[in-house]
Amino acid sequence: MTGPEVTQACLSCHNKAGHQVMKSIHWTWETTSPTTGKKLGKQHAANNFCGSIVSNEPRCTSCHAGYGWTDKDYDFSKQENVDCLACHDTTGTYKKIATDAGHPLYEPREMPKGSGKMVQPPDLTKIAQHVGKPGRENCGACHFNGGGGDAVKHGDLDTSLLKPSRELDVHMASDGANMACADCHTFNEHQPSGSRYAATSKDPHGLDLPKDDHNRATCESCHGVTPHDEARLNRHADKVACQTCHIPEFARGGIATKMLWDWSTAGKRGADGKPLFIKDDHGHLSYSAEKGDFEYGENVRPSYKWYNGVVNQIAITDTIDDSTVLELNRVEGSAKDPNARIWPFKVMHGKQPYDTVNKTLVVNHVYGDDDTSFWTNFDYEKSIKAGMDTAGLPYSGQFGFIETRMNWFITHMVAPKEKAVQCQECHTRATDGRLNEITDIYLPGRDRNAWVDIAGSLLIAGSIGTGLIHGLVRIITRRRRHAK
Amino acid sequence: MNAQRIYIYKRYERFWHWSQAALIITMMITGFEVHGSYELLGFGRAVNIHTLAAWTLLTLWAFTIFWQFTTGEWRQYLPSLKNVVAMVSYYTIGIFRDVPHPFRKTPGQKHNPLQRLAYLALLAFISPLIWISGLLYLFYGDWGVLGLNQYLSLEGVAVAHTVGAFMMTAFFFIHVYLTTTGHTIFAHIKAMISGWEEVDDHR
Repeated sequence: MTGPEVTQACLSCHNKAGHQVMKSIHWTWETTSPTTGKKLGKQHAANNFCGSIVSNEPRCTSCHAGYGWTDKDYDFSKQENVDCLACHDTTGTYKKIATDAGHPLYEPREMPKGSGKMVQPPDLTKIAQHVGKPGRENCGACHFNGGGGDAVKHGDLDTSLLKPSRELDVHMASDGANMACADCHTFNEHQPSGSRYAATSKDPHGLDLPKDDHNRATCESCHGVTPHDEARLNRHADKVACQTCHIPEFARGGIATKMLWDWSTAGKRGADGKPLFIKDDHGHLSYSAEKGDFEYGENVRPSYKWYNGVVNQIAITDTIDDSTVLELNRVEGSAKDPNARIWPFKVMHGKQPYDTVNKTLVVNHVYGDDDTSFWTNFDYEKSIKAGMDTAGLPYSGQFGFIETRMNWFITHMVAPKEKAVQCQECHTRATDGRLNEITDIYLPGRDRNAWVDIAGSLLIAGSIGTGLIHGLVRIITRRRRHAK
Repeated sequence: MNAQRIYIYKRYERFWHWSQAALIITMMITGFEVHGSYELLGFGRAVNIHTLAAWTLLTLWAFTIFWQFTTGEWRQYLPSLKNVVAMVSYYTIGIFRDVPHPFRKTPGQKHNPLQRLAYLALLAFISPLIWISGLLYLFYGDWGVLGLNQYLSLEGVAVAHTVGAFMMTAFFFIHVYLTTTGHTIFAHIKAMISGWEEVDDHR
């Protein structure tokens, strides 16, 4: 039995489900930003992790909610290719393997090659008989492993959330609310709620009641707009996102997230002529011939930026400015913007190939057994050309590397309230105050008028000094009089 | 030197003075922490205590204003320029030469002319500056509803409040120093505790 055969069995009763999924971003990997109108999704948006899907399909599409997306000519209209089990398996045994364009194993296979370890295919019949609501394992199989491995991409999503402590995630801990992803990321006709391209900066609607739109992917959907006992804290929510105080650090579950990925150094070989791989003291790859240099972070304090709901996401085909660091998804907002709040972000540092003549990012063909793929031959000349040819995009043949930044909304791993960020972590003159990057507001405890402070200090010192001198003269003159 | 004991500070007045003193000292300590001058209680606690002390002092003032008018004591704060020069000359010269104090306290005239001017400046200038800026600061979150957003900036309000705080603190130190200028160092303070002032019977 194959995956598509299971799907056909599902569709024989759930006759609308296939077409519903086929409208969702889980299937299309394409969406139009409601704020900028730009066509985005994994098919178009640039990132500073793996790069592009095109020409690397069977690897990347192992996380597609479908089967058989092997190249750019994939037919998105075949509903039997929807993968029901990836989301609805409750046995935990269904696995889409990394290299087969979304298919699970159908025959035993030696993995990794030459290891002698035979991996058995999952029992699709048994899995099909044990389907149910999506749990953390289903969503996590892809979303915890974005960027090619556990914790790599998001910083606030990794396998530590499968069984988190209350301290790590108050919503998902078994001694906390014990919620699943879909309790907040509510689905309506197989359409997920919540978006990275247009995350809700502020939700004035508040509580999501049964009569409402069943979109609970904001804190306010369950907690309302005045969740604190103290009015002063509720007022903060006008300018500060809930996450800013309630997620003091990300990557808190003991699994490091990637903070830097420098593609420009990839391709080195060791003394033995073999591709070089170096691990750091924690066992993380710090250098990979396939991917370049990496840096990691655990328990990382987020960066803070104003965000008003508009993300300016760069697409691979956009013309870029290579005179400075390229921000791949600049978030808009300022203190004056009524829709903006201060949000926490993981800022991913990258250095990645681009076309130095046409000023565009490039499609890099990394995966495949052919002569041009980077992970086979470690030759950017060939791999970029092959990627751009496959994508049908103009390429000058000249490439360089550009430093990039990417903002990842930190919104998961919500800590219990007693672990929330304390007032003085922002309201401080300390050079490491949390909001030191936010300079367009007057922040009590941090900001002051230097002239007023100097004049005021002189005034106080003068009044104390006058008293001291006056008193001293009184004592001296009295002694003289008594001495007479 | 003959001394005469007269009852100058009534019971409510003494209660008002000392509770106000405690509240103002509390607000100076917590206020400058909120300002970022040092870390003591933690920003959040400092804000809460500062706010609580402010409301308490406002309540105290409500009672005190009532007391001032029902007892007629408010007249103690009416300024007069008469004898101001004598007072200045006493504090700058006379006090070092054992010249008798030019002003004699009576229950009807508790404050010397310089004191009257200082308290009037406090009431007419520093107090309004601190209270208006402080209340605006406190209700920052409601500026939108009150329609004040277009007229005010948090920075302006905070800086005005800070200016008031510096002046108040300077006043505090001078005030405390001047309590030592009675016929003994603690004479004035004792009087403010017991209500009885020992007054020189020189003239």
